[in-house]
Parts: sequence; structure tokens; C-alpha cells
Amino acid sequence: MDASRAALSRTTRPTRSGNRMEPWIERAVRLAGLSAIFIVALIFIFLIRLSLPALTRIPLSAFGDLRWYPIEERFGLVSLVVGSLLVTAVAVGIAVPLGLVTAIYLGEIAPPWLGDILKPLIEILAGIPSIVLGFVGWVALAPLVQRLGAPTGLTAFTGGLILAYMALPTIISIAEDAIDAVPKSYRDGSLALGATRWQTIYRVVLPAARSGIVTAVMLGIGRAVGETMAVMMVTGNAAHVPRGTSMLFQPVRTMTATIAAEMGEVARGGTHYHVLFLIGALLFLITFAINSVAARLVGRRRTGEGGG
Amino acid sequence: MLALGLLNMSCGGGRSDTGEAVRMIQNTGSDTMLQLAQAWAETYGALHPELSIAVTGGGSGAGIAALINGTTEVANASRRIKDEEVAKLPSPPQEHQVAVDALAVIVHPDNPVSQLTLRQLSDVYQGKVTNWRQLGGLDAPIILLSRETNSGTHVYFLEEVLRLGDKESTDIFASQTLLMPSSVGITSEIRRNPNAIGYDGLGYVTAEEKVLALADSDDGRYVRPSVATARDGSYPLARGLFLYTSGQERAEVKDYIAWIMGDDGQAIVARLGFVASEK
Repeated sequence: MDASRAALSRTTRPTRSGNRMEPWIERAVRLAGLSAIFIVALIFIFLIRLSLPALTRIPLSAFGDLRWYPIEERFGLVSLVVGSLLVTAVAVGIAVPLGLVTAIYLGEIAPPWLGDILKPLIEILAGIPSIVLGFVGWVALAPLVQRLGAPTGLTAFTGGLILAYMALPTIISIAEDAIDAVPKSYRDGSLALGATRWQTIYRVVLPAARSGIVTAVMLGIGRAVGETMAVMMVTGNAAHVPRGTSMLFQPVRTMTATIAAEMGEVARGGTHYHVLFLIGALLFLITFAINSVAARLVGRRRTGEGGG
Repeated sequence: MLALGLLNMSCGGGRSDTGEAVRMIQNTGSDTMLQLAQAWAETYGALHPELSIAVTGGGSGAGIAALINGTTEVANASRRIKDEEVAKLPSPPQEHQVAVDALAVIVHPDNPVSQLTLRQLSDVYQGKVTNWRQLGGLDAPIILLSRETNSGTHVYFLEEVLRLGDKESTDIFASQTLLMPSSVGITSEIRRNPNAIGYDGLGYVTAEEKVLALADSDDGRYVRPSVATARDGSYPLARGLFLYTSGQERAEVKDYIAWIMGDDGQAIVARLGFVASEK
């Protein structure tokens, strides 16, 4: 016993201080993990606390008003929610298919040397500040959309295009990582059974990478819902519920742009101030719902795997 | 000039080359007055290297809010201070009318419409008139541009044009009105959209936009905005621009405002397309 202990201490001598540090490191890691939960909880409590006065001061039906005109105490949230959803839907409709196809190309089809060049480039795209993209959208994209026949270039569609561009790098790099993580033996097995390359990608690789792909899509959507500056510059910010077949080509006002445009000016403690926090809480709930759906989708897949 | 201004900002709170401590003056508020306030700050800063004048925009309301919570000593406002804002200040504010601004209604140069009555303009912005043909123009939808609701210009336009000065009126902008975060946002959209109509301070209008002549009543005379028509009151959309201080400002702030009201400061007002205030 003594001998073995001595041997142990001899072999671990260089990391002895590490041993003593270990409980502390463990505590620090636990603290970091808990603080993340703590901070999210604090933010949520803060949002709820500051938005509650809005709910008590104005009747719920007032939020169903079609007009958002805060300086006249008209706080209809319909146009803002519709605006955010419309812009996000355009972004998702463009970014998800394009992002997944790009990820499949990078992970499965492109020669490795090309992937080595493209992947870092795509990750650089993710680092472009949103205000710069907004500026590009304002100067270049909006006139282009106007030329398509829209009455103005500042529309939900323009905002969706910019957001799609912003969500793409996130979707591509996470989805590609997930595809990359699928063991080579899966592909070999599938090909050995006589499946074509496409069948292997579609039936074997994508289902195996599903949880990562869902995460990629959800993070992409999250980025689109929460983006502010770029959207504010190119959507026209008209608090209007777009109708008809050309609804994508009408200006809209998103929830994020409303908070950004109005928070600087609003009187602290006024009804308008609290309604802006209510919009913030609503955004938080939407993101939370997206994440919950993602977690459920990923979780179901995992239990399915365990069962089968 | 701009570089000088930046230099002034960057050495704020530091020391000037003479080794003397630099004193800061914070100046916040109206975006309409931003160019003007920056020009004053640059010129005055060059004369007084011991002072550093930091100018920021954000809107008249933001400037007065900053005066109330003590983060600025001079608030720029393109409207008079409201009673409820005065109530929040510890002492009665000092008001200085430093210029007159004419609000120009602008369209794309290719737009054949060149004059409107205030009532027509009110109908347009309420969404009652939606096609240029109804105003004698081409058959095209009218795209409405406005500043954000937190801008003093927006409130002024709401009260004087949409509601035609009627305090009882509850008319508001049509919901399809595009709200632009800045004056430049309005002028650049006007330049590229032949169907758009917008309003902006005369100081921001360039030769690339067409300025409409306005009549204050249906049988009134159409008047184009200019220095002369703003000062003599014949142009219907002219308003005062103000500086507000707490009344307890430091001596150097008092000197600065006196200089603005003097010949040198008023020369800058005229140079930027605003109208010098009358004594």
C-alpha cells in the first residue's frame, strides 16, 4: 500500500500542484456553468418585471390594434410581430436550403483542398458586422429590389435577403461540422450495399447528422429573428400589416428595429418604455420557443437511436 | 474641418498642447441641428483650444432628456420644450432661439408635381390620397417618407401639416409611411425613388431633390422655402431652432452661447442653409 502510494506520488510529481488545484478548477467550471443559467434567469426576470406595468396599464385588447403609433398611445403589436415573422420567413426560406446544400457540397462532394479554402472564407463572412451588411443592403440591394417592380426598395424581402446572407455562414459551418462528424464507416457500409452517392448522402449521412443540422437551422433562425441594425436600414420601418400577393414587397417594421429606434428617446417609466420591454420579452419568448422546438427535435432523434 | 472636430473630440478630457487641462462641453439633441451644432463646435473649438465641445444627435427629445438627467449642458431642440419636460428639470431652463428652420417638402427631380396646398399634403400623409395622378402627376403610387416618431421634425410635421395646426385633431400618419432613422435616409431614398415624397430641414436639401412650393390655404399663394420666405413668415413650414440650458451652466457655456447668438455664430447658420434668428 505504502509502496504503491509512493510510486503513484512519484509518477504524478510533476502535476502535484495540478492535483491540489483540481477541486478549485472543478468549482470554477461549475460556477461558470451555473452563472450562464443565472444570467439568463436574471435577464428574463428583468424583462418580465419591466414589461409587467405595460400589461397592467393598457388593456390586452389594445395590443391587437393594427396601428403602432406610440406618441399617440397606440400600441398595436400586430404589425410588428407580422413584420418580424415575414422578414424571418424570407430569410429562412432562402438561407436554409442554400445553407444545407452548401454544407453537403463542402462535406461530401467538394475535393478536400477546395473545402479547406472555402470553409475559412465562409467563417469570415460570419464576422462581417451587421451594420456593414445593412449599408450594402441600403446602397446596393434596395435599388435592385426596386427595379424588380416594388414601389420602394425598402421591403420585407430586402430585409430577408440581408438576413439570409447573415444566417448562411452559421448554418453552413455548423451543418458541415455535423456532416463531417458522421463516421466514415456509415458511408462505406451504404456504398458497399450498392447505394449511389446521392442515396448515401440523403438516406444515411443526413439522418445521422440530423441533430447537428437542426441546431444549425435553429441558430440561423435565431440570428435572423434577433438581428436589428441591418434590418432597420433596409425594411423601411413602416408599422403596417402588409396584405395581398405583393406582401413581401411592402415595407415592414420589425420588433427589434422598433426597440432600437425608440428606446433612446422614450421617457423612463412611461407606458411606451414598458411596452418596449414587453416587445423584448416577446422576442425572448420567441427565441426560447425556437430553441425548445430544436431541443425536442434533437432529443426525439436521440431516443430513437437508443431504441433502435 | 471635420478632422479638426474629431481631434477636438479625441483629446476631450485630456490636455491641450499648451499643457492646460481641456474642459468639455456636452451638446446633444436635434438631428436637424446636428450639422449646425458641429460647425459651431468646430469653429469655436479652433478659437478656444482649451475647450472641447462634443456634439451628438439623437433627436430633440433625447437632447432634453439628457439635459434633465444631467448628461449634457446644452440641449439642441427643433421644437419648444414641453411643460412636462420643464417640470422634470430642477430649475427653469434658459431658452435661446438660435435660428429659424424651414421644413422643405421634397420629391424626385423627375416628378412633374411642383406645388401642393397644406391640405393636399395632409391628405397625402394620412393615406387619403394615394396616387400621384390625383395631384396632377403621373399614374404611380405615392411612397410616403417620414422621420422616426422620436424626431422633433416628425412631431412638428404631424401638428402643422397632418393636423393643420388643429390641437383637437387625432389624425395620424398613414400606417404605410416609411419611418427613416435619419435625414440622410430620406434624401437618399428621394433621389432614387421617383414616387417618393418626404420632408427635411432646408439645410439638408441638395440640388438633387426637387423642393415643392406650398400654400397654407386652398386659395393661398404657393411659396417656395428660402431664407427670405422663412424669415418673413410667408412660407408656411418655418420653425424656430433652440438651445436649452439648465440655467446653472458654467461661464464657458454662457460664453459659447453668446458667441453663437453673435455675428460669427449666425454667419454659420446662414452658410448651412438655415435662417439666422432675428434679434
